[in-house]
Amino acid sequence: MSETLQNPVLEKDENGREILLKVKDLAVTFYNGKKEFKAVHDVNFNVYKGETFSLVGESGSGKTTIGRAIIRINPTSNGDIYFMGKKINGKISHEDQRWVIRNMQMVFQDPAASLNERATIDYIVSEGLQNFHLYKDEEDRKQKVLNALESVGLLAEHATRYPHEFSGGQRQRIGIARAMVMEPTLLIADEPISALDVSIRAQVLNLLNEFKRDKGLTQIFIAHDLSVVRYISDRIAVIHKGQIVELAETNELFKNPMHPYTISLMSAIPLPDPEIEKAKTLITFDEEEEAKKWNYAENAPTFREIVPGHFIYCNDAEMEEFKKHYQK
Amino acid sequence: MTTNQEIILSASDVEVQFTVRGKQLRAIRNISIDLYKDETLAIVGESGSGKSVFTKTFTGMLESNGKVTNGTAMFEGKDLYANKTDTDWEAIRGKKIATIFQDPMTSLNPIIPIGKQITEVIEKHQGKSFAEAKEEAIKLMEEVGIYNAKGRFDEYPFMYSGGMRQRIVIAIALACHPDILICDEPTTALDVTIQAQIIRLIKKLQKQYGYTIIFITHDLGVVANVADRVAIMYSGQIIEYGTVNEIFYEPKHPYTWGLLSSLPQLGIKGEPLYAIHGTPPSLYDEIKGDAFAPRSDYAMEIDFEEEPPMFKVTDTHYAKTWLLDPRAPKVEPPAQVSSLHERMKQVIAEQEEH
Repeated sequence: MSETLQNPVLEKDENGREILLKVKDLAVTFYNGKKEFKAVHDVNFNVYKGETFSLVGESGSGKTTIGRAIIRINPTSNGDIYFMGKKINGKISHEDQRWVIRNMQMVFQDPAASLNERATIDYIVSEGLQNFHLYKDEEDRKQKVLNALESVGLLAEHATRYPHEFSGGQRQRIGIARAMVMEPTLLIADEPISALDVSIRAQVLNLLNEFKRDKGLTQIFIAHDLSVVRYISDRIAVIHKGQIVELAETNELFKNPMHPYTISLMSAIPLPDPEIEKAKTLITFDEEEEAKKWNYAENAPTFREIVPGHFIYCNDAEMEEFKKHYQK
Repeated sequence: MTTNQEIILSASDVEVQFTVRGKQLRAIRNISIDLYKDETLAIVGESGSGKSVFTKTFTGMLESNGKVTNGTAMFEGKDLYANKTDTDWEAIRGKKIATIFQDPMTSLNPIIPIGKQITEVIEKHQGKSFAEAKEEAIKLMEEVGIYNAKGRFDEYPFMYSGGMRQRIVIAIALACHPDILICDEPTTALDVTIQAQIIRLIKKLQKQYGYTIIFITHDLGVVANVADRVAIMYSGQIIEYGTVNEIFYEPKHPYTWGLLSSLPQLGIKGEPLYAIHGTPPSLYDEIKGDAFAPRSDYAMEIDFEEEPPMFKVTDTHYAKTWLLDPRAPKVEPPAQVSSLHERMKQVIAEQEEH
């Protein structure tokens, strides 16, 4: 079975792009006793083969929850997730579960919490290899671990150490090495570089891009920093309060940001240029104001396509405004 | 920023060593810099460059295995390093020089109500009664932008969001009216929109409370926003410092060039970002010559042999690189650096078309 799934025939969308992952009407609900909290709702998007798709939002927006729902850490309360055409959320067989784990890897946000404090780096990085017997012999395993460590800027001597001996930035790199060593089809990277130093960030971004170029690695990149996302992604979804408020190709999004939340998020990015940065005005997003302005009470907003490929969560009145912008 | 300004703190030849598993590690290697009254000095560097360690020496907060082994830090006519015990430091720490740390959750006590944590400081440092302290604490909470401060006075840290917690930490720092506020990556753990608010708050209160800021960060975007002057640190040394415009528009040190060139904001999609290769040197070893030489694309023979002195570029701008020696060949900075302003203007223009 795994043979056929390695090179499956993927469903194509109307533009002929191969859909690797399809998320439909996704909702994730957390329960605290009787209280329920909808962390994510009405989320719809495709991830095409070979692209880097970014989920951008602030903490608490639900971007991480979406990533975790895809990789089956958070149970979904509504909707479907298809990976290579196969439904992977809800109840699935043990075999399928292993297949998901084998082909999807995640780099977690908190490097301190995601590494086993009692295991050596060598063990941590090769645990996945061992679970799936992805090496020929001990020599091969060691080499794979070493390559993975080097690719994230760590040294061979680090393999025998324990996580507490590393800085936060280094621990995050160990997490990336652990994911990369599995050579996954889909990598979900949850804030993979926010804990890294500036000079190492560029190395890691280049590394992720190399994996994409050389191995066709598809990535879901979860981040709060729009400037990083702009550089690395093909398409971007902006999340606010558990919902995608805007989704477009990177250039389109930066050229024509429409949703007021997207615009406020863009204005908050600090730009590395003192004259421009010091002259910049912050735009704040007031949700209630917006709802009043566009009369959401009577005409509720929905997620809709304004121009091909550019989706916005808005109502009829807003859509008219947006359309006018494009007619200019 | 002119040099005839009043100097509030003057560090010279500071060296800090740590003892780790019986070995000596030189975390700070002969730093000299003046801090001017009312300015914001940004210290930029990677983790391990010593930016936090350096500023911790001003409040006697080095970890117990660390020691200032050389140098002086003159503040109000006295050498700060003459303070030895915690009792000595109490007159300085918090009162004259306060610090805001990166993680607001670890700087607050999780089992003491927010209000009490602020009043404690006011009672201790200003000798006020609880009632007076509470009044002032609520005023401070309002000042740092806590909505319904009275109602939230008795709440616990976990009931506050990350941004709100950091506002409380700022309120606590300001409770003693410090002369110098050390902001050690205060916004790194926060969201961008919250980060923008916190930075705006720190700057606004600077005018009101009249403190001098040392702002430690690795984010050059934040530096561009807050700083009057910038000092770049590498391997325990300040390798370049100057006004914010000098550092961004006319940097001289290859490491500064590398930092600026590798910014994703300047990256062009589909093209690899410039990345500084390698990793910083181990501080256990004796560093010979220029610490950055093994990673530099511009290293000359002398860089591996002799440590460069601080060369003067302008009255305000200094850089520690042999490239500035009159005998060195003339080297132009990389294109990404010399075109930084143009490129950023272009990025902005693309965005502002609508």
